[in-house]
Amino acid sequence: MFYARQLYWLFVGLLPMLTSAALGDEYAQARQRLVEDIQQDVRDTSLYLDKQALDLRVMTAISSVPRHEFVPAAQRAYAYENRPVPIGYGQTISQPYIVALMSDLIKPRAGDRVLELGTGSGYQAAILAELTSEVYSIEIIEELGKQAAGTLSSLGYDNITLRIGDGYYGWEEHAPFDAIVVTAAASHVPPPLVAQLKPGGRMVIPVGSRFLTQQLVLIEKQADGQLVTRQILPVKFVPLTGGHN
Amino acid sequence: MCRSPGDTIKPQRLPLLSVALVSATALAYEVLLMRLFSIIQWHHFAYMIISLALLGYGISGTFLTLLQGPLLRRFSTSYIINLALFGITATGCFLFAQQIPFNAEELLWDKRQIVWLLSTYLLLTVPFFFAANAIGLALIYYRSRLPRIYAADLLGAGLGSIGILVLLFVVMPLQALTLLGLLGVGAALLAVWELQQKKAIIWLLPLVLGLLLLPDNWRTLQISPYKGLEQTLLLSDSRIIAQRSSPLGLLTVVESPTIPLRHAPGLSLNATTEPPAQLAVFTDGDGLSVISHYQGDRQTLAHFDQLTSALPYHLLPVKRALILGAGGGGDVLQAVYHDTAVIDAVELNQQFARLVSTDYADFAGHIYQAPGVTLHVSEARSFASRSPGDYDLIQVSLLDSFSASASGQHALSENHIYTIEALAEFMQQLARGGYLSITRWIKLPPRDTLKLFATAIAALRTSGVTAPGQQLILIRGWQTATLLIKNSRISQEEIDRLREFCAARSFDVAYYPGIKRDESNRVNRLRESWFYDAASALLGDDPDRFLHDYKFNLTPASDEQPYFFHFFKWRTLPEILQLRERGGAPLANTGYLVLVATLVQAIIASLLLVLLPIWIYRQRIKPKTRSVPGSRVVGYFLLLGMAFLFIEIAFIHKLLLFLHHPLYAVAVVLSSFLVFSGLGSAWLGHMQAKGRTGDGRRLLFRAVVAIVVLGTLYLLALGNLPEQLTTLPDAARILISISLIAPLAFCMGMPFPLGLSRLAEYAPDLIPWAWAINGCASVISAILATLLAIHLGFSTVIAAALVLYALVLWVFPVPRQKWTEVSRY
Repeated sequence: MFYARQLYWLFVGLLPMLTSAALGDEYAQARQRLVEDIQQDVRDTSLYLDKQALDLRVMTAISSVPRHEFVPAAQRAYAYENRPVPIGYGQTISQPYIVALMSDLIKPRAGDRVLELGTGSGYQAAILAELTSEVYSIEIIEELGKQAAGTLSSLGYDNITLRIGDGYYGWEEHAPFDAIVVTAAASHVPPPLVAQLKPGGRMVIPVGSRFLTQQLVLIEKQADGQLVTRQILPVKFVPLTGGHN
Repeated sequence: MCRSPGDTIKPQRLPLLSVALVSATALAYEVLLMRLFSIIQWHHFAYMIISLALLGYGISGTFLTLLQGPLLRRFSTSYIINLALFGITATGCFLFAQQIPFNAEELLWDKRQIVWLLSTYLLLTVPFFFAANAIGLALIYYRSRLPRIYAADLLGAGLGSIGILVLLFVVMPLQALTLLGLLGVGAALLAVWELQQKKAIIWLLPLVLGLLLLPDNWRTLQISPYKGLEQTLLLSDSRIIAQRSSPLGLLTVVESPTIPLRHAPGLSLNATTEPPAQLAVFTDGDGLSVISHYQGDRQTLAHFDQLTSALPYHLLPVKRALILGAGGGGDVLQAVYHDTAVIDAVELNQQFARLVSTDYADFAGHIYQAPGVTLHVSEARSFASRSPGDYDLIQVSLLDSFSASASGQHALSENHIYTIEALAEFMQQLARGGYLSITRWIKLPPRDTLKLFATAIAALRTSGVTAPGQQLILIRGWQTATLLIKNSRISQEEIDRLREFCAARSFDVAYYPGIKRDESNRVNRLRESWFYDAASALLGDDPDRFLHDYKFNLTPASDEQPYFFHFFKWRTLPEILQLRERGGAPLANTGYLVLVATLVQAIIASLLLVLLPIWIYRQRIKPKTRSVPGSRVVGYFLLLGMAFLFIEIAFIHKLLLFLHHPLYAVAVVLSSFLVFSGLGSAWLGHMQAKGRTGDGRRLLFRAVVAIVVLGTLYLLALGNLPEQLTTLPDAARILISISLIAPLAFCMGMPFPLGLSRLAEYAPDLIPWAWAINGCASVISAILATLLAIHLGFSTVIAAALVLYALVLWVFPVPRQKWTEVSRY
């Protein structure tokens, strides 16, 4: 177990460098620092995540997707800071730590079919495309959807299908989904989305504002169709002190 | 050095009308800016921006200290120019300020936001600076008749405080902005007439025309793109179909025909029905409420049965329900769905009520005219105290938005619904076996739901219940929690129904009498059974220890300290700061921290504004004026500035419940204090003209004694007004309030002009400095009063004000040799 963990850190540490060498990417160093930041954040919140590290595949995806391509030119300097960045239309590209956490929570597998509601910049869709075989993404704001489609296409993501429209009814033609990622806070979980989630599937929803995610809600559909949620704080914070149980 | 009053040749007419008009406009502008910034930004940042902008009054004092000589030599011109500049900048500075790309949410990440914030303060300081210059110049120039100028200032402010409330009902906020700009220039035109400076009209008229002909695209509110209204307007084909303005907020109705709006917070994951078509109603560009489409088919309302708030309808047959905070009518529809025969719906905001009952009544299915439904436009506490009672259910609606609530934006807002006294009063209106039901957003770690639970326990104990745990139920979904308080013991049959209700909807039971811990965290799983653990601790042997140990403030709110949303504890701050960039920032209850940050900035800025003139003054000082110690000037005008605002603010709160409406409270209290203080000052001017005030010490002593005696009497009486008085008609209660305030305010109008008159006699060049001190004190005291009220209660604010008034007797600004005589009083 000890060696496995050592190997993990070694591998994750080397990943950005390997990627950098392969792509000759000028942003590689920044991306490496970002990966390290996320790893540190995960260690700090391990109590709530029940793990010391996120799925290696998720970290690989973070280290390989060129986040600067999804950020407006004026904000590019902040592309690899572990912070949300405005992308226009009152939307943001989420904090990388939150993107990593949400991607990890759905436990993505290579053959999965994933639905994303709220394409935004397309960055989360790109991460999901690195982790699964099919990504279906719906964006409600036409201009954003077109921009994201252009970015994803230029980066060669051919396993992402993007649609502009209302995501409330999910995407019936491609349902059921192994996982659903809702990238914007919602007043409730649309019943059609619950129906389009496979038994054993997972849905993740952030709660909070555009700039500050306060908690993540993970909905798990059990094999018998029963629904269970987990509310996850992205920070290590214990409100109760002392023995009040 | 300016000439003394005796040897200055002055125009015949005092510019009383222009002083009153600029004062009225400046006060109205202050209120309007709060409205405008609450719309384009968020309320708590609006509070900070406007508070600091008011330091323009302090800056003006510094400016006049430095340049009073040349300005007074050309008084008429200086006065008129400052008035005109106030009018122009009042409109212009806001229009520029809203172009600044300040985004409060990015403060954590983007240091440029601090620059934008400072730029906003500075820009908005400008109009107040010019208004204060004009009034300050008039006070100095006419120092021999100073009380009359000050009286005009106060009377004007009193009229302005009422005028802006009326204006906000009549026109949209941006139109009000143009109007106030015109009134500012109008004050300059009045001054032209008063001071007989007809030539000035030549350059004033183009300013009026300029304000009237501002391009339309300049006169558009630039609302933050992160607010709900702007986000909704991005939806294809969505559009604003109506707007209603009032001091309570700007209501914006939006329809989205292509992509339907579907707002149903807390809907069960098991729900198979979706909400019907909706119209969105935003208050100040955020705080979404909805009007649901209803055509009489109750099955279209089925989703209302899938909310945590539907629980009481499953525990008992609800024949009579009272809905407090009816808003768009969601809770009324829920009651209709559950076949409730009599529904009293109470809504504070008349415009909101009218949207549902009249303007969009067809869309809403005439829900407020349905058989058994009665709409009451009233404040909730007021209605409950006068209602026929005997309700099976009293439902307190979930009206605030999650984001506003979760980020602590309401921390500064008084709330009289979630207090111990309020819950106890509501329970008295229940029929035997009835339920009071309150739904709140779930925040993690838990805060308001637990505070509400603690408040319910305290209310039950206040009502004489010895085992409150037998009368409480708490359930939660992943988004909302509903607390039920029964006015008798909960039966086993009800517990069985409760379990059934939660199981069918994937809700968790957090507390009921006899619950086991392992029942409490099954479906919506938290790291620990926080809700159950907290409920058990609050009902256990040592709730105080739990309240002390918990990292947020869960001490129940009371009418004396009605700050339910104040959850902040200083000792938690270091931990939150460490976590700020990983989602910890919202835990910091930003509203409270913004208040503290505002106070710190105001004190630092004030020290600079007050100390800088002292230093300059000492460089120029002359033996004659040195006779009044600077410490006495600082003490006197600082104490007065703070005490006046303390009393004003505390009385607004103290009379709020008596007057039954926050707008009545603000309008009646603020205008009464200002108008009667103005009359006090005018009376003083009259006495001075007759030479019957002596050197003012005896009069000051009498005024202060009267203030302290009356203040103490009110302090003891206001919390215990007889019930017969509280049930009188509105007009009678308003008259009683004015009668109570009048003598106190009349006396409060004298100390400031008395002090300035003495300065005029012994150290006239210190008058602008005193003006600066008073301006800074007013800013600091408004913030400090809120902080004191949060921590110690409003009675303490009044008591502190009375002590401050008493202390002014020791620092009356007279020369040293006169001081021993003063101390005799």
